Amino acid sequence: MPTRTVTVGSASGLHARPAALFVQAAAAAPVKVTIQVGEKRAVPANSMLSVLSLGAKKGTEVVLAAEGDGADEALDSLADLLARDLDAEEPANG
Amino acid sequence: MAELTGIGVSAGLAGGPLLRIAAVPALPEPAPVADTAAEVEKAFAALAEVVADLGRRADRATDATVAEVLRAEAMMADDPMLREAVQEGIEGGTDAVHAIDAAFATHRAAFEAAGGYLAERVADLDDLRNRAVAVCLGRPMPGVPQPGHPYVLAARDLAPADTADLDPQQVVGLITADGGPTSHTAILARALGLPAVVSCKGILDVEDGTLVTLDGTTGVVETGVSAEAVDAVRAKASEAAKAIADSSGPGRTSDGHAVALLANVGSGKDATAAASADAEGVGLFRTELLFLDRTREPGLDEQVAAYREVFAAMAGRRVVIRTLDAGADKPLPFLHQDGEPNPALGVRGLRIARQRPDVLTTQLAAIAQAAIQTDADVWVMAPMVSTVAEAAEFAAAVHAAGLPKAGVMIEVPAAALRAEKLLGVVDFLSIGTNDLSQYTFAADRQVGTLAELLDPWQPALLQLIAACGAAGKATGKSVGVCGEAASDPALAPVLAGLGITSLSMSARALPAVRASLAAHTLAECERLAAAVLDAEDPAQARKLVS
Repeated sequence: MPTRTVTVGSASGLHARPAALFVQAAAAAPVKVTIQVGEKRAVPANSMLSVLSLGAKKGTEVVLAAEGDGADEALDSLADLLARDLDAEEPANG
Repeated sequence: MAELTGIGVSAGLAGGPLLRIAAVPALPEPAPVADTAAEVEKAFAALAEVVADLGRRADRATDATVAEVLRAEAMMADDPMLREAVQEGIEGGTDAVHAIDAAFATHRAAFEAAGGYLAERVADLDDLRNRAVAVCLGRPMPGVPQPGHPYVLAARDLAPADTADLDPQQVVGLITADGGPTSHTAILARALGLPAVVSCKGILDVEDGTLVTLDGTTGVVETGVSAEAVDAVRAKASEAAKAIADSSGPGRTSDGHAVALLANVGSGKDATAAASADAEGVGLFRTELLFLDRTREPGLDEQVAAYREVFAAMAGRRVVIRTLDAGADKPLPFLHQDGEPNPALGVRGLRIARQRPDVLTTQLAAIAQAAIQTDADVWVMAPMVSTVAEAAEFAAAVHAAGLPKAGVMIEVPAAALRAEKLLGVVDFLSIGTNDLSQYTFAADRQVGTLAELLDPWQPALLQLIAACGAAGKATGKSVGVCGEAASDPALAPVLAGLGITSLSMSARALPAVRASLAAHTLAECERLAAAVLDAEDPAQARKLVS
């Protein structure tokens, strides 16, 4: 299964705003994406509660996985999103 | 009249009758499920209504932060895993209300077990659960009272959904029994400019309608006060608001002792905002933003352009620029640092220059070039300095680059204790109170449950600041404070009294700090400073100045 290993880049970790942006993007992806931290269970990336529960901080390494048509593209764009500091970017509805 | 004490998290005074958030409906006895599909539909409809309601509140919210928090909450209620758990519960014979309750309970337990930030988000989950349960039972969602007159709102803990809907014409202050300085209640109260006290045990035992006053600085709540007492507090609050609105110009005490009011910035855009907010200059220009997410160090020309933008926005004014503060917990890819066992105690700040002196040399050259191209008064300082030798080496490098003013940050107790010696080799000091607290109390800044140790009113922290202030006075050199402590209006006179000559904060915090300084003479500031150093703890210290 295609996977991407990425280091969380947002200052506050995968919480609040960065988590919301990531989950939204994952929900919009054409394939089911999972996200995993360390030895913990992989969880659906479109689940806000599950993603929050990962407790991923800035610098935490996470593994994204997906299968099917468009999996690679979806993983690339989600990995790119995670690596950025989403806290430092302007709110879209600012 | 009785007095309760909590933690003041949003400054200001307020008074009025106390009213509580509408009660949460109790769970009925479990009922047998006749039609599973209909029961699932009912549960999903309740969750969907909660999501829709939060969306509507987010659309109505005028504050972008509030809207964003509400949308994040809506996403929690709209969670596919949550719906799956509800459906499984119902298919297992549980009715809709109890299935919703159970599904939230699972996530609640996970959040609580995770501790820290997530434990504080438990209040959000409880709010969502209560709303969904209420809708499912055909009852109105629990929420904030709308009595049509000013009142003080009390709750166990406020959820973003509650605070977002607050009508400032009615709600004049917030008091919660739970919550910490980093809870949503605290963040949103500050965003809304509402005086707030959290962690106030006993507030839920106070009857609805009781007249109360609260002080969002000291955390003191008086219950059962007279109508006159409420009026007096309101008069004082509106006077304070007027003083803040009327304040302008350089920072000074009422008898003219100058304390420069500066802004913390990270970009040219910030600097432009600070210039229009009547800042006397920039007290902390963080340069690390330029370096973040880079696999290669930004080149000389790129750095010159970025620094010049900030210097130009502050033409004629002071700009204190801090050299790269990174490493360890703020890893930069191009530094290729290996993992460290204890990042906060690792190779960070100026220590990076031991391994990569070229990064500092390039940065200083860029600062010098940008400084020549503008007429800002550029001062340069280094983060994470611990010894006089480090400071002397840094000052030599700054001066070699052709920059006249070299200073260091005081972020570790070792530096504070040797402040006078440091001022023997540098031109100024700037105290970073967040890191200084972290290292003085051995309390990680990221750990929410340790917030009380990181309180800027901790006497031990103030004592270290006092040592720096005394060194500044003895040498006639500038000693500033940047960080959380500098933006607290109540603390500003204390810092001035300790010998601090400049305060640097977010531009938004400037007017209240300016007004607070202007309300005291230097002698009063010095008296407050002496009293606070003598206090037993932060709570007593706050009381002494109120």
